[in-house]
Amino acid sequence: MKQYLLSIYQPDGDPPPPEVLEPIMRDIAAVNEDMRATGAWVFTAGLHPPETATVVRAADRDVLVTDGPFAEGKEHIGGFWIIRAPDLDAALGWARKATEACKLPVEVRPMVDLAGD
Amino acid sequence: MPPALAGIERAFREEYGRAVAVLTRVFGDIDVAEDAVQDAFAEAVRRWPGTGLPPSPAGWIITTARNRAIDRLRREAARDGKHAQAALLHARDEHLEDSWATDGDSPVRDDRLRLIFTCCHPALGTGAQVALTLRLLGGLTTTEIAHAFLVPEPTMAQRLVRAKAKIKVAGIPYRVPAQADLPGRLAAVLAVVYLIFNEGYTASSGEALARADLCAEAIRLGRMTARLMPDEPEAMGLLALMLLTESRRAARTAPDGSLVLLADQDRSHWDRALIAEGQALVRRCLRRGQPGPYQIQAAISAVHSDAPIATATDWDQILALYDQLLMVAPSPVVALNRAVAVAEVQGPAAALAIVDGLGLTRYYLFHAIRADLLRRLGRLADADAAYRAAIDGTSNAAELAHLASAKQRLHHPGAVADDGPRRSRPAG
Repeated sequence: MKQYLLSIYQPDGDPPPPEVLEPIMRDIAAVNEDMRATGAWVFTAGLHPPETATVVRAADRDVLVTDGPFAEGKEHIGGFWIIRAPDLDAALGWARKATEACKLPVEVRPMVDLAGD
Repeated sequence: MPPALAGIERAFREEYGRAVAVLTRVFGDIDVAEDAVQDAFAEAVRRWPGTGLPPSPAGWIITTARNRAIDRLRREAARDGKHAQAALLHARDEHLEDSWATDGDSPVRDDRLRLIFTCCHPALGTGAQVALTLRLLGGLTTTEIAHAFLVPEPTMAQRLVRAKAKIKVAGIPYRVPAQADLPGRLAAVLAVVYLIFNEGYTASSGEALARADLCAEAIRLGRMTARLMPDEPEAMGLLALMLLTESRRAARTAPDGSLVLLADQDRSHWDRALIAEGQALVRRCLRRGQPGPYQIQAAISAVHSDAPIATATDWDQILALYDQLLMVAPSPVVALNRAVAVAEVQGPAAALAIVDGLGLTRYYLFHAIRADLLRRLGRLADADAAYRAAIDGTSNAAELAHLASAKQRLHHPGAVADDGPRRSRPAG
């Protein structure tokens, strides 16, 4: 079994109004349930907006702390899943359900298997 | 070349994809499979000139490749090579099967199908899909692929390395897709084969010779896909389309290298054998009654092939087929090609009205077709401007020569307006 990171790319700015957001959150909860029931679920989390982020970077002997997200852009990761899947097709299948639920693009990235890959 | 070496070269081209496909299943790893097959061919080059070709070269290559790979993997595994250990473990559970010698049957059939679907997986970019297909299934070298696509060799090598690395670490499966996913996945496979063919046929630039090889390779891949997926009429349709297009190669360029349009081609130079094969495939497709874009385009091409001279072309039938094509695969480019048939059936004014509504201004053929319609309507200054736009939009030497001479002819007294349908249609 491989593990994959499924990241949701969310446009910056205010979240959608409750009447839009609520059904989305329900659909996402259903995907989570589905993942748990089939043993694919490893971890999931939603993130606060990028302006709440802080970057810490080692530079020479100092450590630099800066306000804001690392990458400037119009979209940032708004949440993610870590899933277990036998191959990319299975992972893409979950990503399809994820993007249909959250209505945002989902990036699928294989994770390095520390036990030897 | 001594006969044995010629035999090895032929075996290499014909059996490379088959051998890589079988060994990828056995070892679960494309790199291991490729290395093993290359080792086996190197061994064949050493051995066959003395011993002569074995009764089944393919079987010999596959068995030798497997044994060589296992020897090598054992040495690596002993040095704690995790990857080698995994490949050996995989090989223990997979069998070579003795049916590799019979084509068309599973499991070899399935192995090559798996490999096609892996190479053309939608998670890979088009450039990577094309390169992998030509390398792994076609047995072309990286140098040959780089040359055919006018890409520096290190760029192509890197593209292949990256694509194979993605297959491995992202876990792109070596598997024929489930029935539900098959239509979409098959479309991707056929698109790759047709892209290879078109790259060879209408080279966007560069040397003609390397390009003709791409057409031959695409037809070989097309034959293979049609044979491997006998229940998919679109695979057969694509093969028919490529054969019918290829049949006109000799008539398509003038001795000076410029392009000769279909209407002006010397049809005695068309390849009758390819036409017969293509038309037979089109008839078989039609009997299936599941028309798709490739089958309809092949049928259009077959109607052209039926006409002994251009004026005998059955444009009504071609227009009806374009109507059908526009229904199953609506696109501005299809609408543009349909307009050419409209010009023949209803006249250039009706066609120009359609073309002007398409807005394909970045496509050189849009301007070329417009230019010809404007010429036929006697609007020579507009035609001249349209030819100029077409010339600015292409870098292909043969097309440029054709467009330049068509533009030149506008200023000769012979550029007669022709505003009626020019077909000669039998009554009824």
